Amino acid sequence: MPVKRADKTPMPVQDAGARAHNFGEVNEGYTPAHAAIEAERCLRCQDPVCVGGCPVQIPIPDFIHAVAAADMAGAAAILRASNPLPAICGRVCPQELQCESECSMGGRFRPVAIGHLERFVADWERTQPMTARPGIKHSERIAVIGAGPSGLVCAGELAQRGYAVTVYEALHAPGGVLRYGIPEFRLPKAILDGEIDRLRAAGVEIQCNVIIGRTITLDELFTAQGFAAVFIGTGAGLPQFLGIPGESLNGVYSANEFLTRVNLMGAYESEADTPVRVGRRVAVIGAGNTAMDAVRTSLRMGAEEATIVYRRSEKEMSARTEEYHHAVEEGVRFHWLTNPLEILDDGQGWAGGLRCQRMELGAPDASGRARPIPIAGSEFVLPVDNVILAIGTTPNPLLTRTTKGLATNKHGGLIADERTGLTSRPLVFAGGDAVTGAATVILAAGAGKKAAQAIHEALEAKRH
Amino acid sequence: MARILESHWLTPVTRYFKLDAPLIARSARPGQFVMLRVREHGERIPITIADYDREAGTLVIVVQEVGATTKRICALEAGDQILDVAGPMGSEIELPPGGHVCGVGGGFGTASLLCLMRERRALGDRTTAIVGARTKELLILVDELRAICDDVEICTDDGSAGLRGFVTQRLAQLIAGQGPGRPDHVIAIGPMAMMRAVAETTRAPGVKTFVSMDPLMVDGTGMCGGCRVTVGGRPQFACVDGPCFDAHQVDFDVAMRRNKAYVKEEREALERLACVSGRGRGEKGDAEPSPEPSGSRRGA
Ligand SMILES: Cc1cc2nc3c(=O)[nH]c(=O)nc-3n(C[C@H](O)[C@H](O)[C@H](O)COP(=O)(O)OP(=O)(O)OC[C@H]3O[C@@H](n4cnc5c(N)ncnc54)[C@H](O)[C@@H]3O)c2cc1C
Ligand SMILES: Cc1cc2nc3c(=O)[nH]c(=O)nc-3n(C[C@H](O)[C@H](O)[C@H](O)COP(=O)(O)OP(=O)(O)OC[C@H]3O[C@@H](n4cnc5c(N)ncnc54)[C@H](O)[C@@H]3O)c2cc1C
Ligand code: SF4
Ligand code: SF4
Ligand code: FES
Repeated sequence: MPVKRADKTPMPVQDAGARAHNFGEVNEGYTPAHAAIEAERCLRCQDPVCVGGCPVQIPIPDFIHAVAAADMAGAAAILRASNPLPAICGRVCPQELQCESECSMGGRFRPVAIGHLERFVADWERTQPMTARPGIKHSERIAVIGAGPSGLVCAGELAQRGYAVTVYEALHAPGGVLRYGIPEFRLPKAILDGEIDRLRAAGVEIQCNVIIGRTITLDELFTAQGFAAVFIGTGAGLPQFLGIPGESLNGVYSANEFLTRVNLMGAYESEADTPVRVGRRVAVIGAGNTAMDAVRTSLRMGAEEATIVYRRSEKEMSARTEEYHHAVEEGVRFHWLTNPLEILDDGQGWAGGLRCQRMELGAPDASGRARPIPIAGSEFVLPVDNVILAIGTTPNPLLTRTTKGLATNKHGGLIADERTGLTSRPLVFAGGDAVTGAATVILAAGAGKKAAQAIHEALEAKRH
Repeated sequence: MARILESHWLTPVTRYFKLDAPLIARSARPGQFVMLRVREHGERIPITIADYDREAGTLVIVVQEVGATTKRICALEAGDQILDVAGPMGSEIELPPGGHVCGVGGGFGTASLLCLMRERRALGDRTTAIVGARTKELLILVDELRAICDDVEICTDDGSAGLRGFVTQRLAQLIAGQGPGRPDHVIAIGPMAMMRAVAETTRAPGVKTFVSMDPLMVDGTGMCGGCRVTVGGRPQFACVDGPCFDAHQVDFDVAMRRNKAYVKEEREALERLACVSGRGRGEKGDAEPSPEPSGSRRGA
């Protein structure tokens, strides 16, 4: 056996100085030679603990083995059988908390780059002709609400089982957060478009500009529209605000507004009509993936100083490690243990400063993370032109407000059976962020997949 | 996609459209709006549903040219398609039936009174419309309103039609018992300055008043918070919680300031359009003064 290399094969990246000013993808992808070397690092463990770390239990050593054997079609088939969105998950999964956190190579050395390999295989697959349309086998039609990862995966899985599926999306383009939230430099729209083309080719109908609860109610989907079952994948798109003074000043955005203007509406492209104003100094509040995306986007939109302001420390940050490293390389500044108190008016009704307070860490709080405590007399003003709030989102209440009998928890999330996704209403299933609150793409995809199986079983049971 | 069935100019800068949009027409309620996009890379803009016909599956909108997107829409003719029409967005105004409701319309805001007054009358309300414009030529849809309201009161700044003066002067007279008499509810739809003046007119006499706020919007589905308005000291999302709010609770200063956030970029978009189409704001716009940022999205 060849000697295993201790380190991960590095991902080729665009130069940090250059990429901080363009929207091209940061990670350029493995070459076949990189992939072959990395695949060889996998120990093909008897007890592949990595699989337990993956929310959809991809048989990781099997697909990596196929890569090592240069059997790309085999690798792609293994991936797709458990994860319908491999090109996306390979790019955006928090691997360091999931599959790679468990990898046996990670003990003495560095874990196998499972995500990079997954992306490599999926990108190869995109160059191949699409497989044939599955064909309609059942008379029942199924409606899916929301074209984010959970809805798209649910629709795809049902189409594979021979159902006619219609996806209703409120916005003018499908993809959910993958379209309006995650920027081009991390997840090129062409990758998402490829997945959507694949679904359409499999017979899934996607109707944009339809807001369920407004254009058509959920009840009408069953009555007027004649659907046999419904999957709700409406996400957690409602942005939270801090409730501090100055939040209604001009130049203060939720991360959703800022990223939607740039990603969905294309404000970074010269032909776009939708403006976004980015000043010289941008402060982003929060330290999750959304905050990193917002701060790095503001650099690319011309900000000279782009700063993260976070009331806890680097250790508690929830962003993917890779994104954090990339942000540091690109010149993003960080104010850890800093709590915003007020956004100050520049005298013209625009944000001019962010009054902050330094914090120190105390005993763990309800979330198990150290509670930040203010340090007396530590207040200071950070000069800013824009403030972007990336402090979390909750499930959008539009559908639950307009629908009777859909039970929700105290965070506004739909109550759904963990195994099947069944909600408090018969033949209405749900999954993804609409149930869990803001989580991850792979969890949303996994929930869509499980619900597709449960819908199929429920309809089979009705038939007999 | 929605096909335009009819379109014509109501004033030199305001255009009427009837759209084939059966799904939206079926569920539309007074006070709601649609989000439109006319081209790839285009902006999503909110436009009020002026009227609807559930049986025919049609929707009426009235659009005033103020910037790049509204100019693109107003260039469309019957038979053309609008790329994206999504809705109905927003919540309807909840009022107890059977009272005297007075709709105050300014500029193209008058159009939104059509379905509102028709539905209120069907609920048994006494209906009065007060419509205002700078001059006679800019008044719109007066005959249509006469057909569905108990009373229609006209005000023009120059006295070329109806009373000379502002809609608020006539409203104050009604509240004092003149003409059709004191209304139980007032709903004002028009330029922000007008809505603010209406709110001040009804505040002291304590007449319950709603205004239809027109903040900048991006998605219109409650996902961005860009449309937040301060109501009773708390932020509300106009696209889902509104667009109609209690006029006496709205912070108009904040609302007017927020609407001016993109004046520079909007002007640039307009200049880009002028370059492409070879026509500036001139032609159709000459009847109107140059677009001074009024802090309102609705023409006066
Ligand atoms: C900026 C940002 C960066 C992120 N980065 C990562 C990352 O790196 N890795 C990761 O794993 N996760 C990341 N996430 C989280 C991840 O994107 C979400 O967990 C995931 O997209 C949830 O999928 P979903 O299908 O549940 O909902 P969404 O993606 O939110 O999609 C819901 C869709 O439903 C539509 N909708 C809502 N209501 C209605 C209605 N009434 N009628 C019709 N349509 C409706 C919405 O318009 C939307 O398109 C990120 C999130 C954000 C915001
Ligand atoms: C809930 C809601 C309902 C609405 N309903 C309607 C409707 O039924 N019909 C309709 O036409 N519009 C309506 N609007 C306003 C409409 O959405 C805006 O006019 C539109 O977004 C402008 O887009 P634009 O690209 O054409 O102009 P932009 O490029 O966005 O900007 C307009 C330009 O015109 C200037 N401008 C803005 N307001 C005025 C004004 N009052 N007079 C002169 N210049 C001005 C601005 O400063 C800017 O330079 C509504 C808005 C909301 C929020
Ligand atoms: S889907 Fe995500 S967690 Fe699972 S193997 Fe792929 S990268 Fe790892
Ligand atoms: S745990 Fe690591 S080394 Fe073992 S099979 Fe999984 S990826 Fe390969
Ligand atoms: S327009 Fe985005 S939340 Fe209202």
